[in-house]
Amino acid sequence: MSEKRQGYPSDLKYTREHEWVRLEGGVGIIGITEYAQSELGDVVFVDLPEKGRALAAGEELGTIESVKAVSEIYAPVSGEVLEINETLREHPEKVNGDPYGEGWLVRIRVGDRPEIDRLLSSEAYRSHVEEGE
Amino acid sequence: MRSEVTGLRKTPLNDAVRRLGARLVDFAGWEMPVQFQSVIEEHQAVRTRAGLFDVSHMGEIDVAGGDALALLQHLTPNDVGSLAIGQAQYSALLTPNATFVDDVLIYRLGPERFLLCVNSSNTAKDFSYLRASAAGLRADVEDVSDSYAQLALQGPRAGAILARVTGADVGAIRSYHFVEAEVAGARSILSRTGYTGEDGFEIYLPPGSAESVWDAVLEAGKADGVVPCGLGARDTLRLEARLPLYGNDIDETVTPLEAGLGFIVKLEKGEFLGSAILHDQKEHGVPRRLIGFEMTGRGIARHGYPLRVEGREAGTVTSGSYAPFLKKNIGLGYAPAGSDRIGQRIEVVIRDAAVPGIIVKTPFYKRRA
Repeated sequence: MSEKRQGYPSDLKYTREHEWVRLEGGVGIIGITEYAQSELGDVVFVDLPEKGRALAAGEELGTIESVKAVSEIYAPVSGEVLEINETLREHPEKVNGDPYGEGWLVRIRVGDRPEIDRLLSSEAYRSHVEEGE
Repeated sequence: MRSEVTGLRKTPLNDAVRRLGARLVDFAGWEMPVQFQSVIEEHQAVRTRAGLFDVSHMGEIDVAGGDALALLQHLTPNDVGSLAIGQAQYSALLTPNATFVDDVLIYRLGPERFLLCVNSSNTAKDFSYLRASAAGLRADVEDVSDSYAQLALQGPRAGAILARVTGADVGAIRSYHFVEAEVAGARSILSRTGYTGEDGFEIYLPPGSAESVWDAVLEAGKADGVVPCGLGARDTLRLEARLPLYGNDIDETVTPLEAGLGFIVKLEKGEFLGSAILHDQKEHGVPRRLIGFEMTGRGIARHGYPLRVEGREAGTVTSGSYAPFLKKNIGLGYAPAGSDRIGQRIEVVIRDAAVPGIIVKTPFYKRRA
């Protein structure tokens, strides 16, 4: 399954902590990467911030728990939370099944463009993951 | 065997589980598979079909001699004297304070010969303790852990699968009994025991045969949907069945009665280590008791999280997880006497937030007979 899935989509920006951001206008969609979901294993619980919360880059955005592990998720960029993925409350497994699609976590209004530019490109993130293995 | 890279001990199945894509972790100094494909899928396989575990890290201690029975009667609360040859018993090695040195399975191999299966992290401690306690007695205590690999085949299809690789009459082996028989050509102890809450077998066999037996069981069980399972599923399975884990739920600070294991305490067998304390606890009640709870609020209780009962910190969660078969968040922890009843509200502090839960009847999961 994971062999077929694109591990590092080129239209996304990445953090070293395995979050991704997709920029659509002034809105950033945030999730965790294919590598992160695979390392975590079966996701059974996702805790996300309230709508309207202002997040600073690097601030804890929420928690993802698999059967065996608790993992903190950090905001890749600063911004106000516009929407959280409510589906994950009942279906946290979507983070495993479709980390770059239906398994997205939050949408935020992105304040600072230079912050985005400091994130990793798809190639840079791939090297980061491969070095770590 | 010891890995040059990691310094971890390896079981004879290390290569076999690697080939199957196991994710390996350091478990008490052993490199062990925590999962193959998915903890949840492995857990469900054991509940509905069958799963095969490498549990070769478990320790085995042989106790033999004219005083072997007396030694074990002294150190353990269950009645070893009631064990027939070919029978196994869940019990504990106790401290003089009636607390757990370890929880153990005792096999009676002969009139004066017993095999103890012990937790891997406690093997050295148990061995020294048994040796020291045997001083002056006619009892030989040997750590024979290196002579055994151990597989656990668990689940409703386990018996049918096993019957295809052994000439032993598998159906005739009753729960907590064993036979010595060939399994896929290897001389084994075939025991109807387990740590999953499911019917199943534990197979003790020579390390050199472990891989061929492992492969033979997986092959024989293909049509039944047997899957290799890791310690991740073993932990969630044992928690649903409320089987305690040493180091989490029981240790040298709690007694079997506090841990809700009254069925291993046979005071009528006569005096043994800590029996006066257990007598007293039976008569006057325990100060605290291991309870099972279910989360009613959103959150997963984990080992070590603070547990509150009636607004007061009562201790910590000893085991907690998402329960894959029940699809609930469950846990164990100690509640003070008087606040330990079913229906009692509790709270677990999860990342600074008090999340509500309720004490429920255990085991959380019980298989249909």
